[in-house]
Amino acid sequence: MSKYNLDYLNELEAEAIYILREVAGQFEKPALLFSGGKDSITLVRLAEKAFRPGKFPFPLVHIDTGHNFPETIEYRDAMINRIGEKLIVGHVQDDIDAGNVIEQKGKNASRNALQTVTLLNTIAKHQFDACIGGARRDEEKARAKERIFSVRDEFGQWDPKRQRPELWSIFNGKIHKGENVRVFPISNWTELDVWNYIRRENIPLPSIYFAHQRDCITRNGQLMAATEFLNMDEEDVIERRNVRFRTVGDMTCTAAIESYATEIDDIINEISESKISERGARMDDKVSEAAMEDRKKGGYF
Amino acid sequence: MEILKFITAGSVDDGKSTLIGRLLYDTESILADQLEALHRSNRKNDDGTIDLAILTDGLKAEREQGITIDVAYKYFQTDKRKFIIADAPGHIQYTRNMVTGASNSDLAIILIDARKGVVEQTVRHSFLVSLLEIPQVVVAINKMDMMDYSEDTFNSIVKDYEALAAKVTLKQVTYIPVSALKGDNIVYPSSNTPWYNGQSLLDHLETVQIVADNSSTHAYFPVQWVVRPQTDELHDYRGYAGRVLSGSLKVNDQVTVLPSGFTSTIEQIDLLEQQYDEIQAGRSATILLKDDIDISRGDILVSSAHHPQVSQLIEADLCWMDTKPLDTSLTYLIQHNSKVTRCKIQEVLYKVNINTLEKEYSEEFKLNDIGRIAVKTAEPLVFDFYQNNKATGGAIIIDSRTNVTVGALMLRANAE
Repeated sequence: MSKYNLDYLNELEAEAIYILREVAGQFEKPALLFSGGKDSITLVRLAEKAFRPGKFPFPLVHIDTGHNFPETIEYRDAMINRIGEKLIVGHVQDDIDAGNVIEQKGKNASRNALQTVTLLNTIAKHQFDACIGGARRDEEKARAKERIFSVRDEFGQWDPKRQRPELWSIFNGKIHKGENVRVFPISNWTELDVWNYIRRENIPLPSIYFAHQRDCITRNGQLMAATEFLNMDEEDVIERRNVRFRTVGDMTCTAAIESYATEIDDIINEISESKISERGARMDDKVSEAAMEDRKKGGYF
Repeated sequence: MEILKFITAGSVDDGKSTLIGRLLYDTESILADQLEALHRSNRKNDDGTIDLAILTDGLKAEREQGITIDVAYKYFQTDKRKFIIADAPGHIQYTRNMVTGASNSDLAIILIDARKGVVEQTVRHSFLVSLLEIPQVVVAINKMDMMDYSEDTFNSIVKDYEALAAKVTLKQVTYIPVSALKGDNIVYPSSNTPWYNGQSLLDHLETVQIVADNSSTHAYFPVQWVVRPQTDELHDYRGYAGRVLSGSLKVNDQVTVLPSGFTSTIEQIDLLEQQYDEIQAGRSATILLKDDIDISRGDILVSSAHHPQVSQLIEADLCWMDTKPLDTSLTYLIQHNSKVTRCKIQEVLYKVNINTLEKEYSEEFKLNDIGRIAVKTAEPLVFDFYQNNKATGGAIIIDSRTNVTVGALMLRANAE
């Protein structure tokens, strides 16, 4: 892959910066949804390009399930420290404690679905009118249909049959009070584009993206990190494996892949040759053919 | 490496989704888990082979009805190029979604069913491609397998289409006989069409010249945001953040701020810690000027040598995209890049019957209607004609009651 000349990265970068500045110009109270994953880390770099030497015209918002990889939280806090921007954390635990949501039970329990409630509550509490996210259209087929400026009603719902026309580079962010817009500046990037950009820009990443040794169990054919958050029983055999993570979500729903890729070049080679898609490692997408569409209709990221 | 963005247009059963599926499948762009889902699906072709069309229908309603409702974007790359496919609906009902996909495309693939030839939908799609000024067109004459790969059939459809292309003024048209179902001339040249000496579809897509939207050489930079750190060490820093939509800008260039008309000189071009001597069309940057003048979001910096149109009365082609018809008594919002102002559609000059291409005279402008109008704006717009510069010649109409985008405008003439 390294033989390709990377001119297209400038094109993708310019488009993303343009979109971020449209958010700044069009909304009263925007926010950048930060998960600690590579896509939102890329968004932070793009925001630096869009607004430095000024401050970001929005805070970063992290919806913390409480089941994050500790490496992600460590990275997040160090990054906030470095860039000197405001961070708002919405805790899923708070919604569990308040009885707004009920923790799932059983072996495949995950807080993934509970996040939506905390996200919507955080949006309402701070009255955010736009939320910038790192979703990409190449990830999943419902996302492949979504506009760059995607309007949500006051219940946070996406209506895929009534999307606004979106022409040229003209983004209509006009909304009524209570509605909000989800904005996806890297819609047109592929997984490989993100990695090539991270390499070009020399952006540091959480260590879990790189190969390391970890205790894992195999569940539904996937390698999962053996953690206190995962409900395990005597059938689960813990093995020490050489793994890395291709996407970073909750520890309970993000599968690891066997890997020895310790450098970014190794990762880029690995992805170029991979025959499995990125979200193939996400248990949350495997529920049904329309799993993502249904979650988005309910207000998910 | 370059990115080619293309749209596919065809009517319901022309095999558009199958064509895209075939392109992805034969370039090995479908990953194992997606392929597995494909094999698992109950939807199969009549001969039991996998139905490649499922790859692009992303919504439940689309899978239920077997039609495309909204644009789906697909990404793949070969050794030569990166591709973004806008898989657009062909139904007249979803014309606005096709227009969304077409607005950013470098090339359009128009599918024709070899058994049916040029039909009403072909006329409509070709007209839209011409209206949106997509510079390159491929006519893929599909289902050649069902016509025994007949050269005569192909030639006769080419002849019909040439007449249509002349009528809607399409310049660059390439004709390829294909079978999306069987894979003929999609990625690999086919031995079933020995009489065809041209490229396969993929070969063509990999080598066709990409004509930039912003091929105009005039420098045009809309200001999106003013960067003012207001810190002790950067107390006087005022940077104008935006994207060069056409031409290029250099340090020491003289620029004019429109519509105010003030002039100044570029002092510095920034992007994060980097400084540039020059920025080209397409790039985003932050510009600092030598003089302290009043500039805010929506203003345009242009090279002082360039005089774009500055007008409050403009003739434009309008594509209406809302279920509520156009109301000429109503005040709408018009958005042109980062500029939003109020407007009225003052007059409907004519409508085009997009199936017959005849002009009609009627005040009524409904969903999916297209025609020429005159728009009056509260503040002047700074633009080039759409036919000269797509990046600066398009605008949208917003209904301020619903906030919905209800119209697309291709600015064609200054009526002041």
